[in-house]
This record gives sequence, structure tokens and C-alpha cells, in this order.
Amino acid sequence: MKRSQFGLGFWLLLAPLLLWLVLLILLPHVDLLLISLRLRSGPGTYRFSLHHYAEFFTEPLYWRTFLRTAIMSLLATLLTLLIAFPLAYYIAKMMRGRAKQLLFLLCLIPFWVSELVRTYGWMILLRESGVVSGLLQWSGLTGAPLEMLYNDAAIMVGLVYTAMLFMVVPLITTLDSLDDSLIEAGYDLGGNGWNLLWEVVVPHAMPGIVSGCIVVFMLTLGNYLTPTLLGGKDSLWFTEQIYTQFITRFNWEQGSAFGILLLLLSSLMVWLGLRLSGQSFTQVMGR
Amino acid sequence: MLPSIPQSAFFRRAYQGYVLLFFIYLATPLLVVALFAFNDSLFPSLPWRGWTLDWFLGRDAPVVGLLHDPDLLRSIGISLWVALFTTFFSLVLATGNAFLFERQDFPGKGLLYILMLTPLVIPGVILGVSILMLGSSVANGVENWSGYGIEWLRPGLVLVVIGQFAFISTIGTLIIAARLRKFDTSLEEAAMNLGASRLQAVATVTLPFLRPALVGAGVVSFLMSFENFNTTLMLVGSDAPLTIAMFDRLREGSTPVLNAVSLLLMLGSGLLALFSVMVQRQR
Repeated sequence: MKRSQFGLGFWLLLAPLLLWLVLLILLPHVDLLLISLRLRSGPGTYRFSLHHYAEFFTEPLYWRTFLRTAIMSLLATLLTLLIAFPLAYYIAKMMRGRAKQLLFLLCLIPFWVSELVRTYGWMILLRESGVVSGLLQWSGLTGAPLEMLYNDAAIMVGLVYTAMLFMVVPLITTLDSLDDSLIEAGYDLGGNGWNLLWEVVVPHAMPGIVSGCIVVFMLTLGNYLTPTLLGGKDSLWFTEQIYTQFITRFNWEQGSAFGILLLLLSSLMVWLGLRLSGQSFTQVMGR
Repeated sequence: MLPSIPQSAFFRRAYQGYVLLFFIYLATPLLVVALFAFNDSLFPSLPWRGWTLDWFLGRDAPVVGLLHDPDLLRSIGISLWVALFTTFFSLVLATGNAFLFERQDFPGKGLLYILMLTPLVIPGVILGVSILMLGSSVANGVENWSGYGIEWLRPGLVLVVIGQFAFISTIGTLIIAARLRKFDTSLEEAAMNLGASRLQAVATVTLPFLRPALVGAGVVSFLMSFENFNTTLMLVGSDAPLTIAMFDRLREGSTPVLNAVSLLLMLGSGLLALFSVMVQRQR
């Protein structure tokens, strides 16, 4: 029942939506952009300037951290996909009935636990006096306590763990919709497992792969908690730079410039992902 | 690679082993957190010094259990309030949005829909700082112009609720709209033929149909708010919600009282999950 006339009800529904999108999404980000483009020229006066962007490109610490964050996020996305795909395939195609539902629910458990608690778990596992170090000593593989926290590998483990859910769920959903008979037909036509994976399964799962990768990359790029806690002081994550500029140094102009740059990077990646797979934003995000 | 297609026994075993390893990987950090809540040691680490309930019940420093730790208890209370407000406002907006997007056609609908989805791709930290700055800009502007200070636009709990509401509403809208799409509108028309007004029809026929989605969206919103860290970190004032309080303690290095809090959190969200599954079952 689509009604074309715009009655009172329509405006009552539209007004909150517009208020929300304009006041809380559009305006804040326009403000972010404007503030990043101004330079303090005296007490309370500002002029237009690209100074804070120039600062980013001339100070190696800034752009290196940016690049490092981007590369590590890409790597984390790739690792998550590689680990999640066989698992998703197993649950979607090799399992049946109740067991399948149960395993799917088990995959969702980390979502119900705060990211803070998950990261804390990894800290207890990986620290010098932690569980993994203890096990290694007990088994005689190492003689002395082993510090496994505060390095890039620890950050990566935490990031992949946190992101896993957002990859597994879209993968299972798309793989589930693949008709078994298509795979059987492929075998009948003489294909082997490897051919079928690349010519039937992966193309079919593409929407799930893309939406999983986009969400995982986004979440990893914007993550603050995991790199800070698992990477320690030298984790060099770009969100930490943003936090430092805003909260510690109170340099909002510089922080805004960093924010805009991070936003540009994540938008670029989303656009690229959609472009490469030929999907639309609403399809992928609206699920 | 289907159960109906023969595979070598080795491949089958190896694949099963992989899946098993995956679930061990998934469960280990959570089990470890829960287990160390009962370790009779001042540090959440090895060696194991025997079982204790001190991290829940202990009274005397340095062994202060959760029940006697006023800071942690207070931050749990703050998080509960923030989550309740965020959930309420998000649900109201999300329900309206769902009706607007599923039932109405209007120019610019596609654009608004895309804009509605953007919070999903804005990193939480950025959303936080941009709302923080807009709040401050408005508050400064008003103060310079009229001399009247708007305290709630400064970092604090109101701003935290606003910041979380800004992205949680999107998720609520998606969940409720998906359910509304399955609704057969002839049921509403039937109610109106029987003399109900449009509002009455929606209230007595459509909303009950939406109930599972409303509960689901409510539970998800509540959890996302309670567990949110990135956006909250940027907007928080002197009153720290639980995630912020725990983060501060984690960085300083804390006693296993944090494990006790974590265990309670896991149990709490487990119960919520069970509740939402049960409501979804009785369609």
C-alpha cells in the first residue's frame, strides 16, 4: 500500500529521520572538514589553510603510521577471509539440521562478549606470565618465560579475532544460498574440487566476500582498543594519533585533518571493493 | 566438497580438525578470562594459586572484590542507564524509519537510504570526534552570542548517548525494516475494513507482527551501547561507563576483579541472547 499523497503521517516519519541524518551525521562531518581546513591566526581568529594536511605529509611519523595502519588492516582483512572461508563453507555446505544451527550460533558468541573482554583474554594468554608462555615452559619448548604481547603479531591476532564474526556471518549466508546441485553438476562435468572452488563457489559467494571484507577492513582501520592494549606504547595505530591530537594535545585542527584522511581512506576502500565486485552500496550494506 | 560426494578419509579428518581448531581459538580467550576470575592471586596470570571467590566478595585491600568496589559498580550503573536511553531512542527512530522506507515513496528516498547506511562505514572514533566538535562549536557559539552555557553539549553522558544513538539507529532500522517487508499489508486493510482507523490497525495488527524484530533490535542496540568503546571514548566526561573504566584499569594493570566483571558481563549477555532467541522462536 504505497501512498503517493504526503499526509501528516509522512512528515511525522520524515522529520526525525532528517533531524538524525542532518544533525548527527552530515553536519558533524562537514564541521570536521571545515575545522581541518583552518589555521589559528590569532586569539579566536582563523583563516583558511591546508597547513594541517601539509603537516601530515611532512612529518614522517604521521604518514608512516597512516600507511602502516592501512597495510596492517588490509593484511588482517585478508587473513580473516582466509581463515573464515573454509569454516563458513564447512558450516554452510557440509553440515545439516540442528548441528549446523548450533555451530552457526557458536560462531556468534564473540559478538555477545565485549571487545574489551576478548582483548583482555588475549592479554592473559600472551603476556610473559601468561597461559601460552606457561604451557610452553611446562612442555619444555622454552626454558624462560616468553613475552608475546606488545608486538605486531599480537595486534594481528587480536584484530583477526575481533573481526572474525563479521566475515563468517555474511560468508555463511551467501554460501548457504548456493544450490548443492550446482556443485554436483560441476563434478559430473569432470571438474575437481579446486576448479569448482574457483569457478562455482567463489563467484557465488562474492557478495558475501565483499561485504565481509568491507566491514572487517573498516572496523580494523577504526579500531583503537585492540592495537593499544595488545601493541602497547609502540603500536602506532592511526586512531591513536587522532586520540592524541584531540584529547591529549587539544589540537583539534590537526586531529580533524587526520580524521578526514582516515575517512577518505575507508571510503576509498569501500568504493574499490564495490567497484571490483560490481555491487551497489545498498545491496552490500543492507544485507 | 559435499557430504554427498566421496572424499578421501584423510581430507575429511583434516577438515574436521580445522573446524575444531577454529572453535578452540574462538573459545580460549573467553574461557581464560572466566577461569582467572577464580584464581587466588593478585594478578590475572599464572601461576595458579587455587580457587577463591575473593574477586567477587573480597572486602580488604588489596583483595577488593566486585561487590565492594564502588567505582566499578557505579560505572556498571552508568552503562546501564546509557544503554537504556540509547536503546529507547534508537528503537523509536528505527521503527519510524522502517515504516517510511518500506511504505512510502518520495523523491530523494534512495539518497536518504544511502545516507541512512553511512554510519556503518564511518569509523567509531571519527563519529565520536565529529559529534564532540559539533557539540562544542554549537555550545561556544551560543555562549558567545547569548552568554548562556549549554552544559550537555560538552563531553559527558548526554553526548555519549547521542553519539551511540547516531549509529545504533541504523542497525535497528535494518532489522525492523527487514521484518516489515515480510508483512502482508492486506491484513492491515482488513482491519481498516472492519472499522479500525489507520493508527489502530498499525497498533493492533502491524506492531504485534513486528514484535520479534523490535525485541531483537532492542537487545542488539542495548548490547552495542553497553559494549561500545570507540565512540564513547571520545565523548566521555568525568562519569566513566564500564568499558572506559575497565580500559583505564587494564592499562594500569589490575587485579583479577576485572575478570569477575568480565564473567558477569558474559553471563548477562548470555541471558540476553537466550531471551532474544526465545522471543524469536514464538512467531
